Amino acid sequence: MNNTLSPADEREAAEIVRAAQAPFDIVGGATRPGLGRPRQGDPLSSAKLTGIVFHEPAEMTLRARAGTPLAEVEASLAKAGQMLPFEPLDPRALFASSGEPTVGGLVATAIPGPRRVSAGAVRDNVLGVRLVNGRGEIVSAGGRVMKNVTGLDLVKLMCGAQGTLGLITEATFKLLPAPPAEATVVIRRLDDARAVEAMARALSSPHGVSGAATIHAGMGREFPRTLLRVEGFPESVTYRAERLIALLADFGAKHALEGEDSKRIWRSIRDGAFLAEPRERAVWRASLKPSDAPAALAALGETARAALMDHGGGCLWFSTDPTPAAATAVRAALGRLNGHVHLIRAPEDLRAHADVFPPLSQALARLTRGVKASFDPEGRFNPGRMYAEI
Amino acid sequence: MSQIAFPTPDPAILARADAIRTALRALLPRECVVTDEAGRRAFETDALTAYRRLPLAVILPRTTEEVATALRFCREQGVNIVPRGAGTSLAGGAVPQEDAIVIGLSKMNRVLEINYADRYARVEAGVTNLAISEAVGEKGFFYAPDPSSQLACTIGGNIAMNSGGAHCLKYGVTSNNLMGVRLVMFDGDILDLGGPALDADGLDFLGLVCGGEGQLGIVTEAYVRILPLAEGARPVLFGFDSAEDASRCVAAVIGAGIVPVAMEYMDRLAIEITENFAHAGYPLDVEAMLIIESEGSAPEIEAEQKRILDIARAHNVRVVKESMSAMESAQIWKGRKSAFGATGRIADYICMDGTVPTGQLPEALRRVAKICADEGLRVANVFHAGDGNMHPLILYNMNDPAEQEKAERAGARVLEMSVELGGCLTGEHGVGVEKRDLMSKQYTPQELAQQKSVRAVFDPDGRFNPAKVFPLTGRAA
Repeated sequence: MNNTLSPADEREAAEIVRAAQAPFDIVGGATRPGLGRPRQGDPLSSAKLTGIVFHEPAEMTLRARAGTPLAEVEASLAKAGQMLPFEPLDPRALFASSGEPTVGGLVATAIPGPRRVSAGAVRDNVLGVRLVNGRGEIVSAGGRVMKNVTGLDLVKLMCGAQGTLGLITEATFKLLPAPPAEATVVIRRLDDARAVEAMARALSSPHGVSGAATIHAGMGREFPRTLLRVEGFPESVTYRAERLIALLADFGAKHALEGEDSKRIWRSIRDGAFLAEPRERAVWRASLKPSDAPAALAALGETARAALMDHGGGCLWFSTDPTPAAATAVRAALGRLNGHVHLIRAPEDLRAHADVFPPLSQALARLTRGVKASFDPEGRFNPGRMYAEI
Repeated sequence: MSQIAFPTPDPAILARADAIRTALRALLPRECVVTDEAGRRAFETDALTAYRRLPLAVILPRTTEEVATALRFCREQGVNIVPRGAGTSLAGGAVPQEDAIVIGLSKMNRVLEINYADRYARVEAGVTNLAISEAVGEKGFFYAPDPSSQLACTIGGNIAMNSGGAHCLKYGVTSNNLMGVRLVMFDGDILDLGGPALDADGLDFLGLVCGGEGQLGIVTEAYVRILPLAEGARPVLFGFDSAEDASRCVAAVIGAGIVPVAMEYMDRLAIEITENFAHAGYPLDVEAMLIIESEGSAPEIEAEQKRILDIARAHNVRVVKESMSAMESAQIWKGRKSAFGATGRIADYICMDGTVPTGQLPEALRRVAKICADEGLRVANVFHAGDGNMHPLILYNMNDPAEQEKAERAGARVLEMSVELGGCLTGEHGVGVEKRDLMSKQYTPQELAQQKSVRAVFDPDGRFNPAKVFPLTGRAA
């Protein structure tokens, strides 16, 4: 049985929503099937809302319809020597999915990659979105220019809302020139505390570090590796990598990976690929104060395995047993720290019963319900995807 | 009707004005409440000085708790609230009304915490923009957004207007550098959004509050990112014989994969006005000038500037002037940042803030010139070229009502043009009262209704900064 609705354009999408009697489950490339609380509703697909609307290299902007495969966007960017600044995760390794990640899914889920530390998150690089709200109205928010404070910033709200506020039909991105060269300084065998210290020193340097991650032992190597990336024009990359090695000599910084070797390891970090196997494990991603990372990992103890620190320690990826007990232990361990944790991958029954997103305080729950109702008063879009009952 | 309309003050509130003032004096410490007319007079306008309204009272709280007390009081009394930082808004974002109480954050001006290991500062909302950079400068850090008013303007005001500055091309605007806020809600509840982690959870309310023009609540504290200072920075001046060449040069630099830390544009009149004031060494015999700044180590700066110079030559650059010292660099930036102030010395002006896609800059400059010429007014253009955020300064005489009308009409036409060319009404100054009635040029009625309904979730009674941002409707604001 396939009752998927696939509007041919934005107008038709709005008509479908206006005529709807039941909730929708918004579907893009179906590459993140396990993200969020369990799906319910009739599939509403962006599959026909495709195409790049414009790509203006000299303005560093690109607009594409929601169903456009990310690969198509990246091909256009590659021709102009440009990139999406926030290094979007390719979810296919983690979710063992096939198909093509789409522009809409990327914005709705908004998981930033390693370049978060220098180029910002997804929400920092989306200049505009168009959406159909729950009343079936077409709403344009933001625009195509870098600076825009004209009215409330509904664009930010749509980033990471998991499709609960509306059907995104189009998004406009800020771009950056793709760096012609990159290098990654590698430091081996630092414990968590020393690794965070080394990453903090690198990120506090003027050398433009665009990635700072530490991979625990047992993920590709038998010892932990701390990695610090610099990108740019070749002569500048060489100079800055040398300066970083000198700056971190007391941590044992000696050499740098270059070119494809550097690219490959950051792709794996970006995609959470080190945590992809074993398939049955639950995968979590925490955002916290970087200097809290060692304490967080200590508090998680044996509950967490295969951990990786990104964003200088400000982002933790780890896996646990796919059980309610483990989920409770994770929230208990991290609850006292500055930050929050998001269950990225887990079997459906765990996602139905454990908090996938951090539980809301009473005040935040009031605002979340209110904003949801202001976009989607009948609860048409992705009901319960982030929070039960919202 | 050329003048911006203000709603009629609520007569019921005005009738109780003395009682409200007396109650306030009893509620809060003496030094936090301004009720005498002379004292209130100091808060009657902001940098949009053509509009003045004497507020009912002014509260200058020292703590978040006092803000909460004040807001609970205002709610009980049914009084409107106008949040205020330093009052440098060019859009009238802090212009009060006779039936409203101003809550000014100027006494909350402490840097509360600096955390270098985690690269953030926690500050009170009344701290000035520049004070943050000064507090962290000795350790080689800075706070990136740098509006020209940074010496005076507060971080609270920057958050309200999502302020930018000359260096956002590389470092982004306020929202890209803000990690968290403490927000006092309409009912006096205190809510923390975000914090010392890079990314906040749940729906991005922090992103809404930033640029919310003080209509969602009152921000009393903020977590801001601090960034390491570059090894060095050097601006170069490029003089062109035509606006066309200068603006095409901007597009070509970006098209070549170069993102300089700043690219500023000034036209002949702006150069002349600022040079007379700041003696920055600007070339006086060119039609347009770009200040392009590169950052990094000396060889990196050298390499980037060579690439830029080649592009500028291909666009018929006539004058190239490199800064030879830190002092010269400071002079160059002092000139640019004093452009508005220097203009204010020779005439009254209204400063527009529309943004256009950078590819439309040549067309936009042509149209601005024509619009102002049609009204018989002079215009000086000084703006952030790298991001298309234009700042035409339309010169007029405030004491001549006919001329003020012409200036405001020209300003409105310039902003309509920004929207027509694919841009927006305001890039970094905010809508305020100034551009409120133009919002329907950019948004459909449904879009405005959507924004207003989100606002109402935060402020169900519509008491925060009323009659700003959204066009007035039949309903009393």
